[in-house]
Amino acid sequence: MNLLPPLISILEELTQRFGAQIEHAHAPQPNELYLHAKRELVGALCSTFYKKYEGRLAGVFAEDARTEHDVFFVYYLYALDSKHAFVLVRVPIQAEQPDLLSLTNAVHAANWQEREIQDLFGIKLVGHPNPRRVVLHDDWPAVYPLRKDFDLHTELPPFTGVRHKFREVEGEGVFQVPVGPVHAGIIEPGHFLFSVAGEPVLYLQLRLFYVHKGTEKLFESLPIPHCVRLAESISGDSSFAHATAFCHAVERAADVEPPPRARALRTICLELERLYNHVADIGAICTDVAFVTANMHATRLKERVLRVNEQLTGNRLLRGMACLGGVRFDFDADQLRVLAQFVDEFEKEFNELVELIRSNSGTRDRLETTGVLKPEVARNLGIVGIAGRASGFDHDLRRDFPHDFYDQVQFTVPVFTEGDVQRRMVVRREELFQSFAIIRQVMEKLPAGLICEKLEEVPPDRVALGYVEGWRGEIFHWIHTATGNRLARCKVKDSSLQNWPALSEAILGNIIPDFPVVNKSFNLSYSGTDR
Amino acid sequence: MFETLRQSLKTGVVTTSYPKTPAEISSHARGRPEIDWANWKDARIGAKVCPTAAIACEDHDGERTATLDLGKCIFCGLCAEADVTIRMTPACELSSCSRNELKNVTRYKLANDGTQQSLIEMSGAVATPSGPSSASFDATGRELKRHVAHVFGRSLNIREVDAGSCNGCEVEIQGLNNPIYDIERFGIHFVASPRHADMLLVTGPVTRNMELALRKTYDAMPAPRLVVAVGACGCSGGIFGVNYASLGGVDRILPVDVYIPGCPPNPHALLHGILLAVGRMAAFNGRKK
Repeated sequence: MNLLPPLISILEELTQRFGAQIEHAHAPQPNELYLHAKRELVGALCSTFYKKYEGRLAGVFAEDARTEHDVFFVYYLYALDSKHAFVLVRVPIQAEQPDLLSLTNAVHAANWQEREIQDLFGIKLVGHPNPRRVVLHDDWPAVYPLRKDFDLHTELPPFTGVRHKFREVEGEGVFQVPVGPVHAGIIEPGHFLFSVAGEPVLYLQLRLFYVHKGTEKLFESLPIPHCVRLAESISGDSSFAHATAFCHAVERAADVEPPPRARALRTICLELERLYNHVADIGAICTDVAFVTANMHATRLKERVLRVNEQLTGNRLLRGMACLGGVRFDFDADQLRVLAQFVDEFEKEFNELVELIRSNSGTRDRLETTGVLKPEVARNLGIVGIAGRASGFDHDLRRDFPHDFYDQVQFTVPVFTEGDVQRRMVVRREELFQSFAIIRQVMEKLPAGLICEKLEEVPPDRVALGYVEGWRGEIFHWIHTATGNRLARCKVKDSSLQNWPALSEAILGNIIPDFPVVNKSFNLSYSGTDR
Repeated sequence: MFETLRQSLKTGVVTTSYPKTPAEISSHARGRPEIDWANWKDARIGAKVCPTAAIACEDHDGERTATLDLGKCIFCGLCAEADVTIRMTPACELSSCSRNELKNVTRYKLANDGTQQSLIEMSGAVATPSGPSSASFDATGRELKRHVAHVFGRSLNIREVDAGSCNGCEVEIQGLNNPIYDIERFGIHFVASPRHADMLLVTGPVTRNMELALRKTYDAMPAPRLVVAVGACGCSGGIFGVNYASLGGVDRILPVDVYIPGCPPNPHALLHGILLAVGRMAAFNGRKK
């Protein structure tokens, strides 16, 4: 087994401690260790990774393997950030009356994901503090869409009954304010139920998954090359990041290494995606505290990025650029000149926008101490990405698990501990400055050569993990390949799925009129969560 | 305050004069795919690589029916990479009042080796290969003010509903409010309530979970009302199609007046579609919905 040194010692220690309870270990990549364990070991391994190896549970997902192995498999993905390594623990769940011991009481980060497994696979959670449905609304019939014996094209009967079963919030002067799924602005749908006493919010219940489109099931029915286009449609504003994470996974499964120039161009595109989203969010945060002029400048700047995207890749949202083995379009000398000039001009104008916002003390007054997500709460919920870094979690896949060209460039990761809206905005601002530096460095070092390595057919029965630090946070695609260049399973994890519960915490004690700005400061993807 | 003013003055006017002037699109942009119909030898090549079956073909009795459906197309350009008789053009103004007009249907006589020998007939959008002509579109633009003035008292209010979109279309629709496209220069506003709206702009394949909300939003609108389906998903279900959680295109739920292809359609394409829809108001008057 070709393993990173820290993983070798971890594997030795675990084998010593748990012996035959770890039935098998393998490492498809040097920084990825798979442990096939007995299901009784789930809790012990989890606490070992958290307490001993500074690990965190970055994902929980299941797979229906009843045809081949007569069991379901549940996977636990641990990220050991300081050791730059992943450990995936796989446990079998019996096919008859399947159940799963919940980890949520110990690790709150697993809450939604465990419930997702219950909804989509019909694996009953044992000991979960809140085992209500999350993906399928309460009016759905008892179907388990990700089981292999459920057909993608099943036509379900009209839904009846109560759509959402909410928790009761009672007390003198407590009343409830339902909002959504259709919101006032041009945004995605979701339902929020606020419980308030006077002005402050006492409790916020989220019901999402309104845009659940059966995406993970759909991955299983398409030939792998078409799946790249599907990955682009998981979350529209992160098209390139999702498609790239998916490509990483397939490339690893097929043992194909994208050429250096492809990795460099991917890095530029990932940073362009970060640019347009961050600048738009900064503007939108200003709008939500009534500083509309700043937003007008911000949307103008965003449009500039989208037009450069179109000039470089043929699409404003960078769609069609990603492909298996590299990228589809090379940048010629003219395009590179356009990009270099754009970065210079954009930086100058962005500096002016920053000054404009700084000069407006009213904006700062509204943003500081609003929507605070305390570092300990964030850690508990496993909050990642922008929100994690604004609440003291010093991590970034680009630095800790360098993908594409990020190991070739210098940059810093801004981290703050206050966890308020202001800091989530400042993290974006600082990351933009880093993005300028990253794009310039990549252009300086831009390798010559091919932009795509041939990748025809992916071998069956391989597992692989693809990961990208998107502009929101980390994105994981885990695949298990099948015969005929298809997938047996594709698990998609957008950072939004992890981060939504943070909103319920950050809004506590704030007033409903501040909800839009708090929500915007997280700007989580509904479609990326709902899939 | 002074700083705010100074920067606004310094920036000046940035608004495009579209549709008076052509869409400001890069020559690299991928819009309408154009097929050399007479020399198209094998539709199966494009059909094989097309992720959404926008290019599809069916053989029977020595003949082939080949379709290019812009309502399904996500403009990835993979067909053009695989087949030299297909090329991607930057044309983005593809909206149509009829779903069928987005479909190019052709019939070919087949050779023995399964390739296409000769073109028998074409129908659908093929008849007008450049889409709605720019002349007719200018006229549409000019007519807009008249219709808006007559029907809606100088304003058209749009309610946007995401019925299952990936958020890509929303990114571009939000762009209509930026100072570059500035949709308010046409007297068109996005409003928060369907009760204030004249037009429903719908994105996404309609999901099972959004079906009811979409219907309720439509029912809350006062008549007369327009429905515009946005993007490949809104037009046809796109790459998601119909499955246990997705019902497909918007017209499976509501009567659609205008379809705006794209993945996502850029703001020019959106403006084009919205103006086209308003141009239809005369024909629409008195129609019971």
